Amino acid sequence: MTQLKLAAQEGAAPVEDLSDIPLAIRGLTVSYGSDPAVFSVDMTVPEGAMLAVIGPNGAGKSTLLKAALGVIPKLSGLVTVYGQPIASQRRRIAYVPQRASVDWDFPTRVIDVVLMGLYRDLGLLGRVRRSHRDQARACLARVGMEGFADRQIGQLSGGQQQRVFLARALAQAADLYLLDEPFAGVDAATEKAIVTVLKALRDEGRTVVCVHHDLATVTDYFSHVFLLNRRKIAAGPVAKVFTQQMLQAAYGGRLSGGQIDRIAAS
Amino acid sequence: MIGTEFVPLSLPPLLIGTLAALACALPGNFLVLRRQALIGDAISHVVLPGIVVAFLLTGRVSTWPMMLGAGGAALLAVLMIEVIRRAGKIEPGAAMGVVFTTLFAAGVLLLEQSDTSAVHLDVQHALYGNLESLIWLDALGWNSLLDPVALAGLPTELPRMALVLVGVIGFIWLFWRPLALSTFDEGFARSLGIATGPLGLGLVVIAAMAAVAAFDAVGSIIVIAMFICPPAAARLMTNRLSLQVAWSQGFAGLAAVSGYVLAGYGPLWLGYAHAVSAAGMIATVSGLILALAALFGPCRARLGQPAG
Ligand SMILES: Nc1ncnc2c1ncn2[C@@H]1O[C@H](COP(=O)(O)OP(=O)(O)OP(=O)(O)O)[C@@H](O)[C@H]1O
Ligand SMILES: [Mg+2]
Repeated sequence: MTQLKLAAQEGAAPVEDLSDIPLAIRGLTVSYGSDPAVFSVDMTVPEGAMLAVIGPNGAGKSTLLKAALGVIPKLSGLVTVYGQPIASQRRRIAYVPQRASVDWDFPTRVIDVVLMGLYRDLGLLGRVRRSHRDQARACLARVGMEGFADRQIGQLSGGQQQRVFLARALAQAADLYLLDEPFAGVDAATEKAIVTVLKALRDEGRTVVCVHHDLATVTDYFSHVFLLNRRKIAAGPVAKVFTQQMLQAAYGGRLSGGQIDRIAAS
Repeated sequence: MIGTEFVPLSLPPLLIGTLAALACALPGNFLVLRRQALIGDAISHVVLPGIVVAFLLTGRVSTWPMMLGAGGAALLAVLMIEVIRRAGKIEPGAAMGVVFTTLFAAGVLLLEQSDTSAVHLDVQHALYGNLESLIWLDALGWNSLLDPVALAGLPTELPRMALVLVGVIGFIWLFWRPLALSTFDEGFARSLGIATGPLGLGLVVIAAMAAVAAFDAVGSIIVIAMFICPPAAARLMTNRLSLQVAWSQGFAGLAAVSGYVLAGYGPLWLGYAHAVSAAGMIATVSGLILALAALFGPCRARLGQPAG
């Protein structure tokens, strides 16, 4: 397969080699109506990074992930996964949508949800074998949910649902994990369990991208940040980018001075 | 029951009614879960202009052109709903409402303007179909089921409905996994590369096919009832999709058979002289099943509200 190389924005600049880059986005613009929700965003996720996408509500964080994955259409822009067009790399990607985007009333059990992560192996008509079930149960065990395999998914708490989603992503055995607010509405114990799993993924050499809201934990959990507010505000290693000035730019007037001082000082 | 009477008079309508009920209830499961259940209703009404146009073009009442016209109108309606929904960025229900009323009105206008008054295209027929008239005059008894000459005289609705049911089963069987996945979590399904748009359109087209065939054989009242009642009742019986579909098929068959029998013999048992409409009774029984499931079904508690 030919290597897909992206010309830098000016066109005249040298061609980038992106084959080692798990996710590269160039000039991505997405619009739901008249104004773009995400405008001309460039993003490069280094291999082995644990990257937090940060920005205020409505900044376009979910939109950025969804458009990068082709879940929603984009107006313009290029996306490569390990240097290839995304269509050929779906097997290497696991996506965990925002929890509220799903019909939790759907008649299905926890184990069936995790088995959805094996869709690419099972195909249209492949039989679910014992080995598949064992695999799914092992993924449930990794997130501490092995006792809930036969529950209907609607009968779980929010934090438990989030863990099941993470188990489904684990079943995909991907190289690049994209998670939309995995910590939203979960308690401290669940947050710790999820972080442990994500760090284990990173230690295995996989790449993790999370939309994240809690500024206080960014430095503890992540190696890189991507500040977004419709446009890219800043991106890079936490130590360099996660500063008072950058946060002020990303959040505008939405954070109080004290909040930012505390976070940036920590 | 005596074969000489049952086989020619009751067996064909009973089978056709059951096949129609099964064919509508099967895709109805996914439509109800996707909150698109009323699409069956809309389809069964928008076929009117298609049937009238087919009549105007051919000049006579014959089944195949009318089926084609009805199918064409149903497809047109599905496409119009999709276009309006995407272009106008409005919710599916509103788009359906617009298309539904426009096409039905167009059908009525066409009917009025053209000289179709001599033809049996009336409200009665559209609502209740003609289930009782689907008799098999060539049959003399159970033996006729093995007699090729007699079998050739079966009402054409029977093989046609059976064919449609096979098509519906084939589609659902083949696309079971992506259908379930995209109904539950569309974003995830798309991230796997599943073409959720064409898949959803395929489901609606399959449902339209079942609706049109059933509409022709048994009237729109069964179509509406069967798309919604058995799947909704089945959802209250189980928390697993495969079991829900099995329950829905059981309920649909039960409603069709018991509705037909009740319509034919119930009034006699109560001392009335005339049977009531089988289609109406089948729909009533399916509603009754839904009511019972809503009262006593084991999975009534809906705890699945998004907690976030
Ligand atoms: N389906 C949609 N139709 C129309 N507009 C949308 C849609 N989804 C999002 N938007 C708009 O696009 C913008 C970005 O939304 P997005 O969901 O990407 O934000 P976000 O950063 O994920 O916010 P949050 O932190 O609240 O999850 C918002 O202004 C939102 O109103
Ligand atoms: Mg979001």
